[in-house]
Amino acid sequence: MTAFWIIFTGALLAASSGILGSFLLLRKMAMIGDAISHAVLPGIALAYLVAGFDTNYFLLIGAALFGMITTLIIQWLDKRIKMQTDASIGVTFTFLFALGIILISAFASQIDLDQECVLYGEIAYVPLDLIYTASGESIGPRQVWILGVNLIIILIAIVAGWRGWILSSFDEEYARSLGIKTTIWHYSLMMLVSLTTVVSFESVGAILVVAFLVIPPATAYLLSDKLKVMVVLSVVFGVLSSIMGYYLAWVLDSSIAGSMAVSAGMLFLLALFFRPKEGIVVKWIKFSK
Amino acid sequence: MSSKDLIDFLLLRDYNVLMVVLGTVILGGSAALVGSFSFLRKQSLIGDAIAHSILPGIVLAFLISGSKNPLFLMIGALISGWLSISLINAIVNRSKLKTDAAIAIALSFFFGVGIVLLTYAQHNSEGNMTGLDQYLFGKAASMNSLDVQLFALMAIVLFFFIIIFKRAFILISFDREFAISKGLNVRFYEWLLSSLTILAIALGIQAVGMILMAALIITPAASARQWTNKMGLFMGLTVLFGMIAGYFGSFLSYTAPQMPTGPWIVMVLSFITLISVIFAPEKGIVSRQRKKRKNQQKILIENVLKSFYHIGETKKEIDVKRSPLELNVKLQTEIKRVIKGLSILERKKQVVRVGESWALTTEGITESRRIVRLHRLWELYLTKKMLIDPSFVHHDAEAIEHVITPEIEFQLTKELDNPEIDPHHSRIPKIRT
Repeated sequence: MTAFWIIFTGALLAASSGILGSFLLLRKMAMIGDAISHAVLPGIALAYLVAGFDTNYFLLIGAALFGMITTLIIQWLDKRIKMQTDASIGVTFTFLFALGIILISAFASQIDLDQECVLYGEIAYVPLDLIYTASGESIGPRQVWILGVNLIIILIAIVAGWRGWILSSFDEEYARSLGIKTTIWHYSLMMLVSLTTVVSFESVGAILVVAFLVIPPATAYLLSDKLKVMVVLSVVFGVLSSIMGYYLAWVLDSSIAGSMAVSAGMLFLLALFFRPKEGIVVKWIKFSK
Repeated sequence: MSSKDLIDFLLLRDYNVLMVVLGTVILGGSAALVGSFSFLRKQSLIGDAIAHSILPGIVLAFLISGSKNPLFLMIGALISGWLSISLINAIVNRSKLKTDAAIAIALSFFFGVGIVLLTYAQHNSEGNMTGLDQYLFGKAASMNSLDVQLFALMAIVLFFFIIIFKRAFILISFDREFAISKGLNVRFYEWLLSSLTILAIALGIQAVGMILMAALIITPAASARQWTNKMGLFMGLTVLFGMIAGYFGSFLSYTAPQMPTGPWIVMVLSFITLISVIFAPEKGIVSRQRKKRKNQQKILIENVLKSFYHIGETKKEIDVKRSPLELNVKLQTEIKRVIKGLSILERKKQVVRVGESWALTTEGITESRRIVRLHRLWELYLTKKMLIDPSFVHHDAEAIEHVITPEIEFQLTKELDNPEIDPHHSRIPKIRT
């Protein structure tokens, strides 16, 4: 049962981030996903500070808040100050992450968190933290429920806003001319990315959320030209990486979350080298014929 | 903490403090220096990727050599840094994925490998692992004189190479295509620059840790760029900001015990950026606002002058006094703004106040004729030379009349053969000389 819950947690996260990541990738915002997943740290720290142990709601508020702040600062630096985009992103997320670390160490006695946890979480503890009904029966791990609800929220948002998301991802000008509120779609994507980071940082940590947000969608992008196919494929690759990752970690006796990221990377490399038509190896064979 | 402690710190009387400050200042300066080139190449975030990608190299070097000899670890760091950059290049060159996605992929993949190796080593290795995690989070507070000597040596190597190859580095950063056409071995210089960047990052993460390393690379350059367009000054300021952040960052973390140094260095850097973004001449918010206000003022007073001209034009009574209300019939703005424009003009001696009304002075008349002339010249130019219908040209001329220089006016007059009448059959005023 332990293996199942861990893989299931990974798969739920992979599905959520696979969907969101596909849109991030299309909008050329892969690094903004990275930035947000680091920059929500002060939100997490403040939530722990304000609410102590029972922090679920505050975590969500803190995450949404700092996700917004991150996007706003990046846009302000980029558009108003005219700092180049890469620098705007780098300046913003390092500032917010540093702020988070300072908050955590300043209130170390009140904030039950450490840097390692934020970085790579501990997915192995997921099956131990169960939710019980009033009658004392276990209904599964807390993380699985949280990630499951997160995935449902994302699915609802996708289905409800499919047209808006697609149009504002591919051609913002055109979308605006059709009367679609592109800013709303932009910010709702950012909010969902922040939420996903926060609900999963306990289990896999900030960096590995980035791995799931970027790598499976990139693999899918190499293999498909259609958005629907791409979203489905990135979920499939994400789920596959969590299964592979679990067993890799078991063989090597090492970090499960790390192994899941490595597996996702391996799948990406396979696609990069061996994909039909454009793969590096395929091109090389054609060339030598 | 007493004020004596503070003074002791600031004057670096304590030996340990001296080592920490020297270490962070050297690292801050070196990272900022290589960061200035990443910034110019618009690849700042590659620094973030390299910082994360170094981890597997360091752990692997430790696993193979069984020691924490900085030389071995540095070689490991260089190799995995290079691999990561090669992966980024391969993704960008061989697929439709863009640079930012390639960076994010390399970053999270290599970091994942690093974490797997690190946890593998913790569970399976006989060696003493303590100290390896300082590459993850940085431990500036534990720097000793040996570290500082190593940092100083590396900094000298960095500065040496950058001074020797400065011209080539600048060329490939600004215009890669041009550098290739000049016959420069661009690939070699890019490789060299990447190696120096990896070296600086491998050192720097010991002070601030992997995640915040990006700040040491990006933020000083981004701040310095606000202040200047000159290459030499930009590099100098970048290094200076890096060093200031090292000094005050270690100072701040010293005043509050239990505080890690890295985040405070980043806070100081962010503060420098904030100051730069607000107060830098030309690019700063304050000076841009001032320029904007000045422009708006210029447009306002020129429009007021034009209004005098238009009202009086048909009856040839341009010098007759007008009330603000009358002037606003043409201007269509708030009365308050009209009065403000008039009082600015009064200071410039272009109008005089007569009771509740104002009248143009001789200078004011000349100025109003000039602006109307520019407006009508432009309208004529658009209709005659650009073949735009006369009913569409007014709006464009409204904007352009405020920025036409005497040279352009001269050119327009010549192109249009010193015209008398504009497309709407109004007379184009001549400027009396």
